[in-house]
Amino acid sequence: MSEKRSETATGSPAVDTSGVAAETVPDALRESAARERREKLRLFLTNWQGVTGLTLVLLFFASAIFAPWLAPYDPNAIDIPARMSGPTLDHWAGTDQLGRDTFSRMLYGGRVALKVAAIGVSVALVIGLALGMLAGYGPRWLDNLLLLAFDTVRAFPTIVLALATVALTGPSLELVLAIVIVTSIPQYARIARTSTLALKSTDFILAERSLGAGMGRVLFHHVMPNVIGPLLILAAMEVPVVVTVEAGLSFLGLGVLPPTASWGTILNEGYLVIRDTPWLVIAGGIPLILTTLGFTFLGEALRDVFDPRMNRGR
Amino acid sequence: MLIYLAKRVGLSMAVVLAVVLVLFSLLHLIPGDPATIALGPRATPEAVQRYSEKMHLDEPVAIQFLIYVKNAFMGDLGVDVFSDRSVTAIVLDRMGFTLVLVIAGLGWAVALGIPLGCLAAVRPNTWLDRVTGVLSVGTIAVPSFLVSIWALLIFAVTLGWLPAIGAGDPGDPWDQAQHLVLPAFAIGLSWVGYLARMVRASMLEVMGETYIRSAHAFGLPPRRVVFRYALRVAILPTITLIGMGFSGLLSGTVFAEIIFARPGVGKLIFDTVSARNFPVVQGAVLITTSLYIVITLISDLMVAWLDPRVRETL
Repeated sequence: MSEKRSETATGSPAVDTSGVAAETVPDALRESAARERREKLRLFLTNWQGVTGLTLVLLFFASAIFAPWLAPYDPNAIDIPARMSGPTLDHWAGTDQLGRDTFSRMLYGGRVALKVAAIGVSVALVIGLALGMLAGYGPRWLDNLLLLAFDTVRAFPTIVLALATVALTGPSLELVLAIVIVTSIPQYARIARTSTLALKSTDFILAERSLGAGMGRVLFHHVMPNVIGPLLILAAMEVPVVVTVEAGLSFLGLGVLPPTASWGTILNEGYLVIRDTPWLVIAGGIPLILTTLGFTFLGEALRDVFDPRMNRGR
Repeated sequence: MLIYLAKRVGLSMAVVLAVVLVLFSLLHLIPGDPATIALGPRATPEAVQRYSEKMHLDEPVAIQFLIYVKNAFMGDLGVDVFSDRSVTAIVLDRMGFTLVLVIAGLGWAVALGIPLGCLAAVRPNTWLDRVTGVLSVGTIAVPSFLVSIWALLIFAVTLGWLPAIGAGDPGDPWDQAQHLVLPAFAIGLSWVGYLARMVRASMLEVMGETYIRSAHAFGLPPRRVVFRYALRVAILPTITLIGMGFSGLLSGTVFAEIIFARPGVGKLIFDTVSARNFPVVQGAVLITTSLYIVITLISDLMVAWLDPRVRETL
């Protein structure tokens, strides 16, 4: 948003200011931008949802990254005599049917979730952004074709598409990633497309084009900075969806395969012994809930702070 | 309205066609003999042979596709070579269980979520509003398959109030209703949150309109103003949301059916995926996806019928 203002406020005609916008902005404007940034930070830090969300998200990252140091046991170490115990001092979250320490498996499961979320969300964001800008800026026929493709992908319930693919290829982590990426691209693309369409007819894009800028330059230097903000917020909101899809597919035995620990495989093993011990399904579910809650809170707080208009949508 | 109707129906038909294309090409994108891949390693040579004949696998791929599309539109989705029954009949047999579950799940969510949203909007910033707000974010963040597992754990295994497995005795409506409670609760829960938030947001917007002020000024009772005048307009985005979110609902239904062993289409897809019986998976996925497309179409048409402005935009 501030990018757009500096673009129109520089007011030096017939000069390509796009690359050097920062130098030509008067000091007063720069100061007010800094003040605005401080104000937004204050708004974010006084939003209890935002702070809770940020804490949970940092906890998620830290526990996943440092799992090998934090975990008290090897997640795959089998200890039959201690099988299916409830929480004890030795095993904080109990053990599963093979006597593996559930707490260690929860921590290691976070690594799978983090991997899927990081790769899935960033790849989908990049492709979705590119396709969306292309649909919004490119010729009409391309727009229609891409829209049809987006609608088609969205027509499949995620799990159903995943099931149909697994039926042919067999389960794997790569497949989970592919499904996650393909099904979330339309979300990003639609937002990018709408914003690009709105920008397409603004004066500064028209000026840039009349100076002879090609499509690549217009899209990457001028459209992208104005479009990316809402997409990043959407990305934060998409993490829970992605993590849930991974856990869900692994729960069905169609994602990460045993013995690899994932929140989904923990839930699956817990579901099979649910009549004997409740601890496994509780332990598998809690990190999943904390993570989805964290990213949802964070995404909502970011949206409230940076884009108050979107708040009315849902 | 007629032009809108024609365009919107045309778009839906195009999406259905594209979905058929995707499902069809999935089989041909995987390297190897399509018949062997579709039927898995369990299939006898005779079954493979029969499937090849039935699907005209000796013809060029384009011809195969056209034959498949033609048959699909006539309601013939092929034959299950393992049981020799028509795929359409197999899927339709199970459809009833899924539809009942979807209607029950969405039904209780609508019955609770919409009044809650209205109440929260009429009394903003009271304790009721705050509790609704926190609860809706909370329920949205919890994945529905986790709700299913935990509901199974709490109400069926621990407390023993409700049956855990199956759809109930076919001749006993009371038994069937009892079996419906937990899955319907699980798939509807997050929708209570969604709907309450959505209705609250659009209600707040509508309550600020001048015609609502006029209605109040005429001395109409507040309850009548809210439910007769404001809700009529505020409900529109909610209808769109229900239409668009229906695919998420179907994903949740697949999980609920698997977890509670309810013999619906989701369970059918899961079982046939596990058995590597792609022809049935393909048919079931096609029918599920078409159902979603029809629901989106209906919700869009309803919105257009209620709000003339929408008709202009397509």
